[in-house]
Amino acid sequence: MKSKTLKVEYLARVEGEGGLYIKVKDGRVAEVKLKIFEPPRFFEALLRGRNFAETPDITARICGICPVAYQMCAVHAMESAFGVRVGGQLRALRRLIYLGEWIESHALHVYLLHAPDFLGYEDAVRMAGDHPDVAERGLQLKKIGNEVVAAVGGREIHPINVRVGGFYRLPEKRELTPLVGRLEWAREAAVETVRWVAALPFPAFERDYTFVALRHPEEYPVNEGRVVSNKGLDIPGEEYDAHFEEEHVEHSNALHSVMKEGGEYCVGPLARYNLNFGLLSPPAQEAARTAGLDPVCRNPFKSIIVRSVEMVHACDEAIGIINDYEPPEEPFVEVRPRPATGYACTEAPRGILYHRYGVDGNGTVTDAKIVPPTAQNQKAIESDLREFVSRFLDLPEDKLQWQCEQAVRNYDPCISCATHLIKPRIVRE
Amino acid sequence: MDRRRKPKLAVWKFSSCSGCQLALLNLEDELLQVAGAVDIAYFPEASRAVAKGPYDLSLVEGSITTPHDVERIKDVRRESKYLVAVGACATAGGIQALRNFKDVNEFVSTVYASPEYIETLAKSTPIADHVLVDFELRGCPINKRQLLEVLSAFLHGRRPNTPPHSVCVECKQVGNTCVMVAQGIPCLGPVTHAGCGALCPAYNRGCYGCFGPMETPNPEALSEQWGRLGVGEEEIVRAYRGFNANAEAFRKEGEAREKQDAQS
Ligand code: SF4
Ligand code: SF4
Repeated sequence: MKSKTLKVEYLARVEGEGGLYIKVKDGRVAEVKLKIFEPPRFFEALLRGRNFAETPDITARICGICPVAYQMCAVHAMESAFGVRVGGQLRALRRLIYLGEWIESHALHVYLLHAPDFLGYEDAVRMAGDHPDVAERGLQLKKIGNEVVAAVGGREIHPINVRVGGFYRLPEKRELTPLVGRLEWAREAAVETVRWVAALPFPAFERDYTFVALRHPEEYPVNEGRVVSNKGLDIPGEEYDAHFEEEHVEHSNALHSVMKEGGEYCVGPLARYNLNFGLLSPPAQEAARTAGLDPVCRNPFKSIIVRSVEMVHACDEAIGIINDYEPPEEPFVEVRPRPATGYACTEAPRGILYHRYGVDGNGTVTDAKIVPPTAQNQKAIESDLREFVSRFLDLPEDKLQWQCEQAVRNYDPCISCATHLIKPRIVRE
Repeated sequence: MDRRRKPKLAVWKFSSCSGCQLALLNLEDELLQVAGAVDIAYFPEASRAVAKGPYDLSLVEGSITTPHDVERIKDVRRESKYLVAVGACATAGGIQALRNFKDVNEFVSTVYASPEYIETLAKSTPIADHVLVDFELRGCPINKRQLLEVLSAFLHGRRPNTPPHSVCVECKQVGNTCVMVAQGIPCLGPVTHAGCGALCPAYNRGCYGCFGPMETPNPEALSEQWGRLGVGEEEIVRAYRGFNANAEAFRKEGEAREKQDAQS
């Protein structure tokens, strides 16, 4: 053999528009391109001149699958600019809505987007034909995640209740308590999910990744923490720009992020898990152990197990937050704009999301920078593919191609997120 | 439609956040039933299987922002018996249409050092600017109940029932106290298309117009009312320049206020 080209014109079961191009020459992988052709929407540009209070709603529209991540980053960044800290029950509610998004997004990926690959189905609907109970469990888990987001945020996609300083209206205790029973079912279903996905067939494939995630002394990271890696990085979120930078590669409409000191790195569930195993709730740790998943996991295909473990954690923690919830006096903390730069790094379902804003004394945004998880994972995805193809070159072509797609889906890439920051060429009609 | 076979459904993405397609997958209780009633022939976000057209119903998300997409939407139209535009991006151009109000070159070059890599159009435009659209479903995002109504209407060959009145009417229906009258909060509800169930006012917040203009709105009167609440012209302009900035009624009112602001 040993010259061939694998091409996927339009990658399915990922959010957004991308393709894949792999060229093998004389038995060697000569070229690997994750092609991103999603057009840019210029978010950083259109944020300039907007009021700080609009940033959570505007940036939410970067991604319909993880709007809460954008809203949380925006509010934390603005609060950091204005020197305000939001604590107590308001902080807990923010964690709750974010965990709801994790549950929704993970259930979507595990059941609807990723599991069909392992079982050889084109999609979840076809999978549901043979495994109706499994599909039903996945959909219900996803639904409960959405219910949590809507209970705090007003609706699932682009919630309307999040504002800088807190919320527009506080949920009453009685609006949240009915979720506890649902979440208890969901926690069980998530444990069941861990068991189910752990039994799927996994290619023997590992790489020595540089994992980057947030770390918080007391909690599994969601909204706060230092940016750390398994190779010695340990910085506060404000120093993100000093350690990471973006490069432009021609085949992608999204910038590739690299670490200034170390090049390629990987963010997301696998990174969070490897760096924070000890902070997962006891039932989540237990589920991982029972499934035979070690606290260190370097097989990206097993990210499906890790997402399921994180669902157990998210359900468990959400139950605790609701049980402890007492509405605070005020729905939000007043903020007073001042000229400053604000930063925030939070854990979106797909990994760390970074926002930086310059704001003037009227609260007008003068400058914005947003780095989404998928931009950070592009290099790791391409390296995975290069290595995977070289090792499994002898697989039949259609199987190899499918597994390459699956390898991309390991990262649950979100291409709309990734391409808002590309360098465009203007063509006039 | 041919009664002997299931109607073929296709879901297309243009420039968007994918939130409106996700609304379909968020029909957790109905999804498998929907998949039983239609043949999901093309929906890359959910399936790797691709069935060739023609399609009985195409749902189109997103706005047109590249020369390539100008052509692609024509292909979609040719392949589709019915074409429904879903969401603010597809029906008005979306938040990315804010570029339409700037000199794009300036807009881009203030942010990007070398703006030569990819192709993009100077304006973000709705689907109906390019091809015939059989129905428009509003919202950023669309409401999944309304989406279900649209699907079932087209499958049964009737017009979808999505009331064109304002969010105000919905406030009355759900029993919200008017936030503008009672709390003096500026609200776009009087000019905004119904469909969300008057969500924001139920959260002590003014509507920010994510469903776009209602049928025959009177934004001028609303702007005057906002003025009496002490809202400046600049802020009024910003309010109309949101997720439906390029929808005609909002675009015109924004431009009118901008002129006034410049004169004052
Ligand atoms: S209309 Fe709003 S929710 Fe729908 S795709 Fe566009 S930005 Fe996303
Ligand atoms: S009240 Fe207005 S802004 Fe809020 S969800 Fe409804 S249409 Fe959208």
